[in-house]
Amino acid sequence: MTVDTIKNGIVIDHITAGLGMKIYSLLRLDELDCSVAFIKNAPSRKMGKKDIIKIDADIDLKADILGYIDPDVTVNIIKDGNIIEKKQIALPQKLENVIVCKNPRCITTTEQELPQVFKLTDKEKRVYRCIYCESKAK
Amino acid sequence: MRSLIDIAELSLSEIDSLLNTANDIIENPAKYAEKCKGKKLATLFFEPSTRTRLSFEAAMYELGGNVLGFSEAQSSSSAKGESVADTAKTVSCYADIIAMRHPKEGAPLVASMNATVPVINAGDGGHNHPTQTLADLLTIKREKGGFDNLTVGFCGDLKFGRTVHSLITALRRYNNVKFIFISPNELRVPEYIRESLKQDNFEVFETTDLEAVMADLDVLYMTRVQRERFFNEEEYLRLKDSYILTPEKLETAKQSLSVMHPLPRVNEISVAIDSDPRACYFKQVLNGKYMRMALILMLLEVK
Repeated sequence: MTVDTIKNGIVIDHITAGLGMKIYSLLRLDELDCSVAFIKNAPSRKMGKKDIIKIDADIDLKADILGYIDPDVTVNIIKDGNIIEKKQIALPQKLENVIVCKNPRCITTTEQELPQVFKLTDKEKRVYRCIYCESKAK
Repeated sequence: MRSLIDIAELSLSEIDSLLNTANDIIENPAKYAEKCKGKKLATLFFEPSTRTRLSFEAAMYELGGNVLGFSEAQSSSSAKGESVADTAKTVSCYADIIAMRHPKEGAPLVASMNATVPVINAGDGGHNHPTQTLADLLTIKREKGGFDNLTVGFCGDLKFGRTVHSLITALRRYNNVKFIFISPNELRVPEYIRESLKQDNFEVFETTDLEAVMADLDVLYMTRVQRERFFNEEEYLRLKDSYILTPEKLETAKQSLSVMHPLPRVNEISVAIDSDPRACYFKQVLNGKYMRMALILMLLEVK
């Protein structure tokens, strides 16, 4: 399968196969006007299979969302058809308004204008906890 | 400006200094009688409390300060839907320091993010209760002389018992403290606490049998199964009498054991134990007032 190369934009590569759609929806790529290609289960020498997302515009990518869902992705910035920057995404220290606290006793359940903030508390196990009630993100 | 939301925010040397101040207040109360003259403490209690609120109020009065506030959510603007953030901003205009109790976990943190005066967490849901921990620490210090090498048993509701969570956080920083958790399976200590104790190589021993571990304990921290934390009344009724401490159960305990309880108790400690010299729970109440006095002085930066 071939998908046209893009001239100016972003390629999110090395997405763990199966996570592409989650990234697509959490980054709200469906709301963009430009062309967006979502390739599922593309063959990969390193990973066996991977997902790829190509965005034909230079958008402001939310790295915390990407890092939370799949910190092993590579983000390629394309300008005039060439890769001008390859970014490795790290596990974000803090997530703001990406996930919601599920603890019914948390203050965020009654005061819904509060930002939903989670902090990374265990890097190895990728555990995030709500800053208000310390419940684990699910 | 500094608040106290979680006991972990205090360093060991700060806790030491609070313990020393509290001990000095006990020895020389007159020295502290006017330290907070002209200062006001706001007690914002969105959930009922006898001890904690009165303890804060008594603490501020004994420092020569004044107190204002409310003791139930219904008598505050939160009944009209005011947010915790707005309440904190408003009360900052009236008081020099705030003590807040709230049924929702994290509410005092939200208050501290919005207040322009120090906020003290006086209990947030089943989450934290750092000033009870300060009372507990002063009691252990005065009864045991220190914290290292103690075997501490926590018994009862370890899931929703915020005093338990805060005391574990405080004690784990001392040397060679052993934790024994005694609870029904439904009320085990939360997974995040077990996980972090294991991560730091603590031996976590869990059991449902209090008598089996009684002889090992230096401190027994009893807790009440709290009706207000259950969504299901049936489950509460099933679990409420899981542990009742009686003189017979204490027979195998060390003579030096300290029996503690954050109070209020319902029936989990038999009244017959009150006259046992090992009972420390009313000493905790008094110690709580002294530690709150010490904390108010620290947060208001009163020398």
